[in-house]
Amino acid sequence: MTRLFISRDSTALSLGAEQVVKAIQEQASLKGLDVQIIRNGSRGLFWLEPLIEVETAQGRIAYGPVQTDDVSTLLESGLLEGKQHPLCLGNIEELPYFENQNRLTFARVGLTDPVSLEDYVAHDGYRGLKNALNMQQADIVKQVTDSGLRGRGGAAFPTGIKWNTVLNAPAEQKYIVCNADEGDSGTFSDRMIMEGDPFVLIEGMTIAGLAVGATQGYIYLRIEYPHAKVALNQAIAAAYQNGYLGENIQGSGKTFHLEVRSGAGAYICGEETSLLESLEGKRGLVRFKPPLPAIVGLFGKPTIVNNVISLASIPVILDKGGEYYRDYGMGRSRGTLPLQLAGNIKHPGLFEVAFGMTLRELLYEYGGGSASGRPIRAVQVGGPLGAYLHEGQFDTPLDYEAFAAISAVLGHGGIVVHDDTVNMADMARYAMEFCVEESCGKCTPCRIGSTRGVEVIDRIVNDVQKDKNTVLLRDLCDTMVYGSLCAMGGMTPYPVLSSLNHFPEDFGLQPAAKA
Amino acid sequence: MQDYQSQKPIVLDILDAHRTMPGNLLPILHGIQDTLGYIPAAAVEDIAKALYLSKAEVHGVISFYHYFRTTPPGKHTIRICRAESCQAMNSKALEHHAKQTLGIDFHETTPDEHFSLEPVYCLGNCACSPSMTIDDEVYGRVTPEKFDQLVAACKGAK
Ligand SMILES: Cc1cc2nc3c(=O)[nH]c(=O)nc-3n(C[C@H](O)[C@H](O)[C@H](O)COP(=O)(O)O)c2cc1C
Ligand code: SF4
Ligand code: FES
Repeated sequence: MTRLFISRDSTALSLGAEQVVKAIQEQASLKGLDVQIIRNGSRGLFWLEPLIEVETAQGRIAYGPVQTDDVSTLLESGLLEGKQHPLCLGNIEELPYFENQNRLTFARVGLTDPVSLEDYVAHDGYRGLKNALNMQQADIVKQVTDSGLRGRGGAAFPTGIKWNTVLNAPAEQKYIVCNADEGDSGTFSDRMIMEGDPFVLIEGMTIAGLAVGATQGYIYLRIEYPHAKVALNQAIAAAYQNGYLGENIQGSGKTFHLEVRSGAGAYICGEETSLLESLEGKRGLVRFKPPLPAIVGLFGKPTIVNNVISLASIPVILDKGGEYYRDYGMGRSRGTLPLQLAGNIKHPGLFEVAFGMTLRELLYEYGGGSASGRPIRAVQVGGPLGAYLHEGQFDTPLDYEAFAAISAVLGHGGIVVHDDTVNMADMARYAMEFCVEESCGKCTPCRIGSTRGVEVIDRIVNDVQKDKNTVLLRDLCDTMVYGSLCAMGGMTPYPVLSSLNHFPEDFGLQPAAKA
Repeated sequence: MQDYQSQKPIVLDILDAHRTMPGNLLPILHGIQDTLGYIPAAAVEDIAKALYLSKAEVHGVISFYHYFRTTPPGKHTIRICRAESCQAMNSKALEHHAKQTLGIDFHETTPDEHFSLEPVYCLGNCACSPSMTIDDEVYGRVTPEKFDQLVAACKGAK
């Protein structure tokens, strides 16, 4: 029997992977061919999806992008033996885009059957948990601290410090909450992990529970990710059945329960305190801090709130040690970041690399330049609250501090590319509009300021008292930065001001001298 | 519009099933919307009573979240992504085409009750923008022509 791999990842499905599977099944059964199709995650090379991989003695040979019409010629020219065909890409892991990555967190994504516990364990899964079960709580936390891991959800707060706070907060009940709201446009790494290797997240959360003494975990999953929900629930069920979740985990006497909860389409519920309100069944209004969720979190109890990728990076750290992870990266940005390239780019996808690569390298060497073939003009990094960068800034290394130094953020590692047809006044206006739409409404600078922001930008663009309104827009942004309770109002000025500063000509203003 | 008396037992069952769950309001609202397609205004009173909340509190939660709706949707719900990556790949043109073709704006349902149109801010399918969903299926690199084909296929399937 020959094993074929075709992804069940949302993006592969969105390009017709399901139809390709059907076509192969039908034609193979007509021809009496013995094939087993395994639905794996995606390798993240999305311009090649739907991708077929066939297991051969020479490794996994890939073909893509495959449409249903290609299936008959593929089978005729010897797909099952990994033979030549115009769509043949050779051994997938030897493609330069793939080979040059540092896949720590995404090591198994695209390789394994996401919901097979057997497959997970066969590919080094649950080794981190096994170690953790034999360690003191403080030692688990120490490994995480030593790794230098900083929260991948946006704020880049050191994960070890957060865990230590929860460990030292005395309480009968503590919680682990996974922030799977992934609301930032241009980001999909959380989704890819949850669809492509849900066990790694489950294992990471279980280790977090052991580390701080929490027996209940929740994954707060955005409603826009139905496929992730299915995969997570299948994997959670398998983990329970095999004694990796529940009471007496692997005979250790330790307990950890896990449940998926759906959000309901509110960007602000990605903010951690708003997320906790939502989990408690309320409107997602942002809470004042302090107290920190680590002290007073879900249902008033000490709670770790971590991003999906932060938690999914824990198993490799506990398996190979904090130092192993820390040896990747630069400066205070340690380990790897799964970068997500989207928008107007020829080779969109997910590339996990150590911190420190430049944006230019990523855009041109991995991304292949724009999809339209036109010059790349503006790149937004770090989601809708991230700054727009211009070409003069493309040599900035991907590192938290280097980005902060140019008034930008890395955020969740999402990178959205625009070619030279973009109108940056439109993008600035959209940023304000998004804030109007998604503000939780608790504070005035954000709730009202964003509405005024849209109007002021309209006046600038329509040449109504241009100079006066430009001053007003900067003033308003200042008020939002300093007067907002959370980063929704506090960071909306990033895309707005960077558009205004780097691309003033789009607002009908004097062009800037570009540094 | 359906009358609530026929829906009430379903709502009460869902309330009952979630009685002891901590933070149960969102799961309850999802349960109702998954089953009925929307959250009937008349259900608010039953929910409030079961959870010891005021009607205003329950209503406040329903209205806070974009996903919850209080009117029945069309047979199929189309969601078009309006976020940045899709904009970079000309989702504006797709939005415009969809509104023109269906003859409705966002948050509306066609008169034949076939389609509802909703905006969405990122489907995590940004690598293949522009993106949209029809019910639970995601579609990438959607051109106006592809949109027409998908809509026609939905109609063909009743
Ligand atoms: C408006 C807003 C939206 C956010 N959205 C997300 C999100 O979708 N996912 C996420 O992990 N963190 C998000 N965050 C950051 C969280 O508040 C929090 O810092 C994070 O979940 C902590 O986890 P980490 O330390 O592992 O990054 C958001 C923050 C703000 C202010
Ligand atoms: S800044 Fe905006 S989203 Fe954040 S708390 Fe204030 S009103 Fe809510
Ligand atoms: S921006 Fe449209 S799918 Fe992400």
